This record gives sequence, C-alpha cells and structure tokens, in this order.
Amino acid sequence: MEGLGQWLYDHLLSLILWTPVVGALFILFTHRENVRQIRFWAHVFTFLPLAFSVYLWIAFNPPQMEMQFVETYDWIPVLGIRYKLGVDGLSMPLVVLTALLTFVSVVYSPTAIRVREKEYYALFLLLETGLVGTFMALDFVLFYVFWEVSLVPMYFLIGIWGGPQREYAAIKFFLYTLVGSVAMLLSILILYFHSEPRTFGMTELIEQQPLEGKGILQVLAFLGFYLAFAIKVPVFPFHTWLPDAHVEAPTAGSVLLAGILLKMGTYGFVRISLPLLPEGSQVFWAPMGVLGLINIIYGSLVAMAQDDLKKLVAYSSIGHMGFVMLGIAAAAMDGRSFTDPVLRDYKVIALNGATFQMIAHGLMTGAMFLLVGVIYERAHHRDINRFGGLWSQMVVYGSLFSFFSMGELGLPGLAGFWGEFLAVLGAFQLFAWAGLAVIGIVITAAYFLWTVQRMFLGEPKEAHSNYPDMNLQEHISLWPLAVLTFLAGVYPKGLLTIIQPAMESAVEKMTKVLGGG
Amino acid sequence: MDATPTVTAIILLAPFVAYLINVFFGGRLKEKAAFVSLSLVGLSAILSLLVFYHVVSKSLSGHFEGYRGTWLTVPLGSKELALGYQVDTLTAFMLVVVTFVGWFIQLYSVGYMAGDPRFSRYFAFLSLFKSSMLLLVLSDNLVGLYAAWELVGLCSYLLIGFWYEKPEAARAAKKAFIVTRCGDAGFGLGIFLTFYLTGTLSFQEIFHQAEALTGEKAQLISLAAVLLFCGAIGKSAQFPLHIWLPDAMEGPTPVSALIHAATMVAAGVYMVGRLYPLFATPMIEASWSLQVVAWIGALTAFLAATIAVAQDDIKRVLAYSTISQLGYMLLGLGVGGYSAGLFHLVTHAFFKALLFLGSGSVIHAVHTNDMKKMGGLKEAMPITFWTYIIGMGALAGIPPLSGFWSKDEILAAAYIANKPIFIVGLLTAFLTAFYMTRQIGLVFFGKNRDPHSHPHESPPVMWVPLVVLAAGAVLVGFIGTPWYNVFHKLVHFEGAPHHPFKPLPMILSLAAAILGILAGQNLYITNPIKGPDDEPLRRRIGRLYDFLANRWYLDWYDPVKPQPGYYLTPSFIRFTIAQRWVDLHIVDGMVNAVGYLTAYILARFYRLFDLYVVDGLVNWTAWITGFIGNGLRKIQTGLVQHYMFIVLTGLALVALWTLMKQMP
Repeated sequence: MEGLGQWLYDHLLSLILWTPVVGALFILFTHRENVRQIRFWAHVFTFLPLAFSVYLWIAFNPPQMEMQFVETYDWIPVLGIRYKLGVDGLSMPLVVLTALLTFVSVVYSPTAIRVREKEYYALFLLLETGLVGTFMALDFVLFYVFWEVSLVPMYFLIGIWGGPQREYAAIKFFLYTLVGSVAMLLSILILYFHSEPRTFGMTELIEQQPLEGKGILQVLAFLGFYLAFAIKVPVFPFHTWLPDAHVEAPTAGSVLLAGILLKMGTYGFVRISLPLLPEGSQVFWAPMGVLGLINIIYGSLVAMAQDDLKKLVAYSSIGHMGFVMLGIAAAAMDGRSFTDPVLRDYKVIALNGATFQMIAHGLMTGAMFLLVGVIYERAHHRDINRFGGLWSQMVVYGSLFSFFSMGELGLPGLAGFWGEFLAVLGAFQLFAWAGLAVIGIVITAAYFLWTVQRMFLGEPKEAHSNYPDMNLQEHISLWPLAVLTFLAGVYPKGLLTIIQPAMESAVEKMTKVLGGG
Repeated sequence: MDATPTVTAIILLAPFVAYLINVFFGGRLKEKAAFVSLSLVGLSAILSLLVFYHVVSKSLSGHFEGYRGTWLTVPLGSKELALGYQVDTLTAFMLVVVTFVGWFIQLYSVGYMAGDPRFSRYFAFLSLFKSSMLLLVLSDNLVGLYAAWELVGLCSYLLIGFWYEKPEAARAAKKAFIVTRCGDAGFGLGIFLTFYLTGTLSFQEIFHQAEALTGEKAQLISLAAVLLFCGAIGKSAQFPLHIWLPDAMEGPTPVSALIHAATMVAAGVYMVGRLYPLFATPMIEASWSLQVVAWIGALTAFLAATIAVAQDDIKRVLAYSTISQLGYMLLGLGVGGYSAGLFHLVTHAFFKALLFLGSGSVIHAVHTNDMKKMGGLKEAMPITFWTYIIGMGALAGIPPLSGFWSKDEILAAAYIANKPIFIVGLLTAFLTAFYMTRQIGLVFFGKNRDPHSHPHESPPVMWVPLVVLAAGAVLVGFIGTPWYNVFHKLVHFEGAPHHPFKPLPMILSLAAAILGILAGQNLYITNPIKGPDDEPLRRRIGRLYDFLANRWYLDWYDPVKPQPGYYLTPSFIRFTIAQRWVDLHIVDGMVNAVGYLTAYILARFYRLFDLYVVDGLVNWTAWITGFIGNGLRKIQTGLVQHYMFIVLTGLALVALWTLMKQMP
C-alpha cells in the first residue's frame, strides 16, 4: 500500500495528464447509442484528474521556489528532447483550475449537448490533456505539442457543436492561433540552436540564457513568442477572434476557452518570455503596458455596447486580461528597476496580482459563461434587451448572476478584487500611468450593472414566466465556482502564498541577467 | 470588555451570519427573518456598547492609544499586508452609532416592511450592510477601508433597488453605484500613491512614514490626501458627485434613514477624520488638501441647502438636507475643526435618522411623498409630529437640541480660520432652518389637502424607535457643550488649534436659525398654502425657484429631460457603440483583410504555381521527351552508312576535344 502511495506521488502529474486520454479511449470503445454510458465515463474521467489535482494542491510545498513533482524521461535523446513535467506556484493553480473547469463543464454539458455526444466528450477529454500538458511541460517540444493538441479539439468543439456561424469562427480561431504557434516554433528553434549543450529544456535554457547579449536575435525570439502569447491572451489588436469564437462555441467550450485557453498566453509570458528573454521583454515593456491599458479601457468600452450577452462577457474577458498584461509589463520594466530591491518587490506584487487575476478570472468568467448558457437554454436567444424582470422569476439564477457580476466588477471580498488591485498597485509604483486602469474599473461597473438592470430588474415579463429556475446539473456546476470565488476573495493568502515564490523566482532570474549593470 | 481580535470579529461577523441565514433560509423563515437579524445585530450592538464603555473609561482616566489587532494577513512581496482593526474613541463612537441607531431602524423596519413579499431578503441585505459598515469603522488599513467602502456601496445598491420592479428604483440603484465608483477611482489612485510614498497601507505606519517625508514626496502627500478624498466626495455625496443621493430615496425609507442619512454617507466624513494626519501634513493651517475639503464642503452645504428649499418630495428635502449637512461636517474638518466635524457626524446620525423615520411614518400613513398633498397631520399623528419637531429643531440648530451644539462648534472653527467659509456656513444655517420650517408647515400644519387619505398614527413598533431617537437627538448634544466638552476630550486631534470660546459665532448662528424659522413660518404656517399647485416662494422669487427646483441643472448622470445632462449618458452609449463599430469593421476588418489577402495571394500563387510550375513541369517533361524522341527518330534511318557517318563524326569530335585540351 505504501508502495502504491509513493508511486502515485511520484507520477502525480502524469496521472493528471493522461487520465483524460484513458477516458477518451473508454468513450471511443462505447457504442454511440449508449449515451448514459458515455456520459458516465466522461464524468468519471474528469472527476479523477480533479481529485488528483486536489491532492496535488495539498501535497504541494508552497515555499519551495523550484519545480515540484518533476518527472523526467528521455524521449528523443539524439535531439535532447525529453518528457519532462513539473509544476510550481504559477502552474499548479492553473492545473487545478483546468481540472475543475473541465469537470464542471462536463457536468453542465448534458443539458446543452444532444448530438454526437460520443465525439463531444472524447474531444473534451483530449482538450483537458492538451491544456494540462501545456501548463506542466518543461520541455519546449513537449510544450509545443500540448499547445497544438489543445488547439485541435477546440476547433472541432466550435466547428461541430457551435452556433450558426461556427465554421467561420472555428477556422478563424484555428488559423489565428496557428499563425502564433508557427512564430513560437521559430523562436523555440532559435533558442535551441544557440544553446550549448543543445537542449529543449525550459529550466536548462533559462539557466543557460543562450541569447543573452545577442541583441536583435533576442528581440526576434521575444517577438515570436509574443505573437503566440498575445494572440492567445488576447492582446489588442489581436483579440477579434475571441468574440467570434465565444459567440459560436457551445457553452462548455466557452468556459474552457475563457477560463483556461486565454491563460495559456499569460502563462507563457510569465513562464517563458520574462525569465528566458529578459532583455527582449525589457525592450517592449512600455508597449506591453500600453496595450494592457488599451485592453482594459477599450475592452470595457466595447463590452458596454454589446447587446449579445455572450459577446459582452467575451469583451469583459479582454478587459480583465489587460490587468494581467499590466502586471507582466511592470515585471518587464527597464533595467534600473532591477538593481533596487524595493522596486523588485513591486514587480513581485504586480506579478502576484497578474497570476491571481488569471485564477480569479478563470473562476468567474467560467461561471459567467455557464450562466449565459443557462439562460440561452431557456430563451434560445441572448439579446440582453429582450430580457427584463427575470429576478422575480428565477431567484437563484438572478442571485448567482448578480454575485458573479459583482465579482467581475472587482468587488472586494470576491476573487476579482485582489488580482486587479495587486496588479495595478504594483504597476503603479513603477510607472504611474498604470493608474489609468481605474477608468476601466468604473466602466466595468457600469456595464455589468447595466446588464443586471436590463436582464433582471424591472417588471417581470410574461414571456419568461415559464422559465424554470436552475436544474441540478446547473447547480452542481455553478456552486463550486461561487464558493471558490468567495473564498479567494476573503482569504487571498491561501492562493498568494502558493503564487508568490514562483513570482519571486521569475524576478530573481530576470535580475540575474538585468540586475548586473 | 477588551477589544480582542475575537470580540471585534464577533461584532463584525454576527450580522454577517444573520445575512447568510436569511439569504439561504429566508424562504422558510418568512417573518422570523427579522428576529434572526435583530438578535444577531443586537448581539453586536451589546458588544459594541461594552467596548465603547471600556474605551471611553480608559480614555477619560488617562492616555489611551486604542486597541489594535490583526485578523488576516496578505503576502505583499517581501512585506505583509496586515488586515486588522483598531478601536479608538472615534471608532467606538461610530460603533455605537452604527449598531445602536441601526438596531432601532431595523426594529422600525419590522413595521414598515410588514407584508412585503421579499421581507427576509430585506433583512438579509440590511444585516450585510451592518457587517460591512462595521468593517469600515473597524479597519486599521486602507485596503480594509476600501473593501468595506465598496461593500457598503453594494448594500446601498441592493437596497435602493429593493423594489426593482419600479424602473426608477432600478435606475437609481445603478446610478448610486456608478457615480460613487467615479469617486472610488480617485480613492484607488490615492491608495496607490500613498503606498508609493510610504510603502505601507496601515494607518499608523502611513502617518508615521508621512511625517518623515521630505522634498517632492512631502508635496505629494497632499495630492494623495485629495485623491483619497475623491472617495469621500462620492460616498458622502459632495459636489459634483452629489447627484446620486436624492435618487437613492427610491429605496425603502428605513434604508434612507440608516444608509443614506446616518451611517454610510457619513463614511466619507469618517474617512477624512480617520486619515486626518495625512490631510494635516505638514500642518493644518498650511495644508491645501484641507482647503479643498473645506471648500468642497462649503460649496456643497450651500448648494444642497438652496435646492432643498424648492423640493416637494418629503424625502428629497431630507436627502438634500443630508448632502448639505455632510458638506457642513467636511467644512468643519477642513477648517481645522476636527472634533466639531466628527461631533456633527454623531449628532446628525441621531436627528437625521429620526427625521427620515418620521417621514417614513408620514408616508406610511398618507401613501404619498408629495408634501403638497399632505397637510394638517399634526392632530392625526401626534407622536410623529412631536418627534419630528425635535428632529427639525436639532437640524435647524435650536438650543439645547444636539444639532445646535455641533453646528455651533463648526461655525466657531470656521469663524477663526476662514471668514468667507464662515459666511457660507451662516447662510446655510439660515436656509436649513427655512426649508425645515417649510416642510413642517406643509406636512403637519394647515388642512389636509388630500380628501382621499385617512391618516393615522403608526404602530408602536414604528413609533418606539422615533421616541428613542428623539431622546438621542436631545441628549447627545450635551456631551459637546462649550462648557463641558467630553466629546472633544475623547475625540481630538493633537495638532488641531484650540481656541477659547467666542460668543459671536454662536449668536450669529442662532440668529440665522431664528430668522430662517420666522421666514418659513411666515410663508407656510401663518398662511397655509391653498392647494397642491400653490407655492408661496415661487410667487416671490419666480424663475430662481424653478432654477432651484431643477437642482441648478447640474445632474449629469441619466436624469430626466430639462437637465442638460440628459444628453450625456446616451452620448456615452453612442460613443461605445462607435467603438464597437470600430472593433467590428476596422480592427477585425483588418484581420479579415489580412486573412483574405493571404488566402487570395496563396490561391493565386498556388494557381500560377500549379499552372506554370507543377503543370508546366509535367508538360515540359512530356514535351522534352517528345522533342528528343522526334529528333532521335530522324536519325534512325536504317541505313548503315548514316550510322557509320555519325559514329565517325562523334569520334572525330572526341579526338578534336582531346587535342584542344592538350594545346597550351
């Protein structure tokens, strides 16, 4: 028994990573008519990774700055390619978030998905592996493989189970992100061919700094990664695939798209761009900061003008991810700020905020898209202006919607507050114009409250009188997110003690390169 | 009782527990929801009173810094952000005001809200508000203060919009939240700047660090103070963010009493008091941030008082009066009257809550807010009438009621520090007495102008709180008389100037109040108005009256037609729609254009490539083969001599080639 426990502990990451694939195989060998069985397997094989990842959270040792639960095996030794997994305070919460949101999405899906369920759940499980793998991989080839693997199931999820414009949206999403991936691949190759000894290992490359002092080459490599990550985040002006993809994607697809896929971009910035290419990041810190602000303000303004609820939430995501970018820009800021320990501290605060915001946004926007799905299943449209007075008819739904709206607009006591607050607090200390982000906070409040007013307040309408309140699946999928949003809001320490060492480590690595002069 | 972390946490969390119980089990609890809420809020009220008693007795018996402690910490780089509490005399007073006044307002609500289908939800929100407000007064750091600040804003939003079926209520709720958030944006920037200057967010350390600052950073402290004050401008409804509070009257009247008169709107004043060392840097007389506070306060006090004169809605008069009085408090703090401003906060909490509850009692009886349709309620509602008179007297500043003492102290401070502000204050005092007399005259005197209404006194659950608050409105003032000022002894600022008592400002302020009452009596009580359309003041000042009735045309957020601001909100929406167009057609258009262009070029390129290269290669191979084949066919004649000739020619060419290579 002890041996099994140890074995589980040693291969925890692989277990979380590959269990969904096993589930996908189970589903493939189930008859397509046997929908109950298919759903059962989907539930089991998304619950297992969730259970494992909860164990991962418990077993994780927060103060340790290095990677934990590392597994290394040779894969293609000739080229120095390895199967190497590991997590730290940056990736561990994202892994848990992925497992949670996937499970929640699968629980929610039966009410919305009625056709080709076999393929749907199989692809969904495959998607989970791609996403989790992206956050775990410590070898660039592996990372790239998972990055691409996550792309394909999402393409099909949008293209098959999506809305009327699904094919356009799916292709746009696919091509757009593919362009980024190709650029990233080139950057990876640049790094590889300048490494000595040749390696694709992320930690090894960060240690080696193969492009240190290489001027234009470093900048090019940075831009390659930048394009890939910025498209994923998405950073203005690369954001237009997002509303299209969201509007067409099925609810569960949107949940993972906004909840996890966007974080692949910001994760890449913190994991790769900052510590591996500190000089390149430093060159572009100001544009990154400006674009972050544009995301916040412009995203909120455009969100305000939306009549389609799902589009509104999509644009709100663009705004919220701007705070993450602001924190990253603060961390990348010019070299002088690395010689001063006080300023370095501000970078850690800003990055803490950025990473906290990734998690908080995942929880809340995931829930928001589920809520959009709930009303869409009843009304079969998402036009905000056609609703009204719903709170009287759907009390729990209205309350949860208001709850998450408050979270989205950054109400203290809920998760959204700490990410935004810490990111701007840290960034403001380094460059005062980060304070302009408060404009976005006001507009965000305005459009969320306006939405609540238009949908839930006012006289109840006859047309909605037969809408049932939320059903069991919807309850099960939403309440965990609500509870976590609340917990992260009142006890941010729980998450921040995990995140902070990883952020300190990132800043320390940058300081090694930039702090010398 | 000592204020340990546990005790303060219970004070804070007991109402929150009531909130949770009422939210999740309210459907089953029904009427018992009020009992849950009252008992748990009562618990925190009793604990608060005990804490108050200890803090006051310790302070009076010697130097007492206050209790401090930490509830939670948040990692902040190499430092830690300690989210804790402090209970000094100021907080102790606020605790009592919030829990004690609040408890009676909640009791009153049991009668006022009886029969409402969302009865339990009302008490849930009210409990949540209590908890948030207690966090606000207990916090010892900017983050806790800001968090509570937003949370009370949320409760205010939920309660203004409590009857959300009414579109006006829904709009008013949103307006309140968004307008105050404009101020909070400044508050946020203030927090960031304070952190930049002092490297900390806890009050004590901020003050400590701020003292040590020199040069440019010392200048910036005042800017930080003014930015923080933006939050107070929003929350305490000061010009130009005052516009939300009158609309907030759409909420149930007890909510107006508790949140929009006694406690939450006073949070801005409390904040300035709490952060006074920051405002008073480097010293009170030379601080431009205090100048800003004083002038914003004075301007608002006067502006709102003039508007109150020309309102017909009983609650709106009180709302503008609240704005005006909050301005008064800030005016007091701004001119260096630290104790004066905060004393007025305490007395105002009692008498304004009383007035609001009294107006609620009236509305409950006559089912209208329009004072022009009331009249003659004196006989039908004697308890409401007499308690209202006490509240009115306290607000107008009639001795020995509480408002007289606190208002007088403010004017005394202004008289010494800033004469123009003193005059504005005096004018406001006159207007205050006038509009309150007008209100009394319209509501209680004359004849009932609505033949359909049958007014009656409210039930005991409503009038008992009126009596208690009226007693408070009389008695609280005596802790702050010029002869024996206990309040000043307890709540004072070390650096604030202390002046000997001067009779002149007191005489002037009393004169202003009496003049105001006489003018009001002359216009509205001696000759009662004849009908709902009659307005004696309009007959005298004509268009100025309309100007005041239209609130100086200042409303800039989502007002109705005659306000120029009517066009502002739709313009903003149109602006965002333009942004949407840009996003859809220009940003995305560019992406699509690049996409199509690439696809087109690739396709064209592919076609050409296909046509000329791929296909061409195939054709070319065929052609070459054919050509060579044709050529070769010609030489296959079948004649031996031809073949011989070719072989020999070839041989000759090879020989020639070899020879040429060997030539030098």
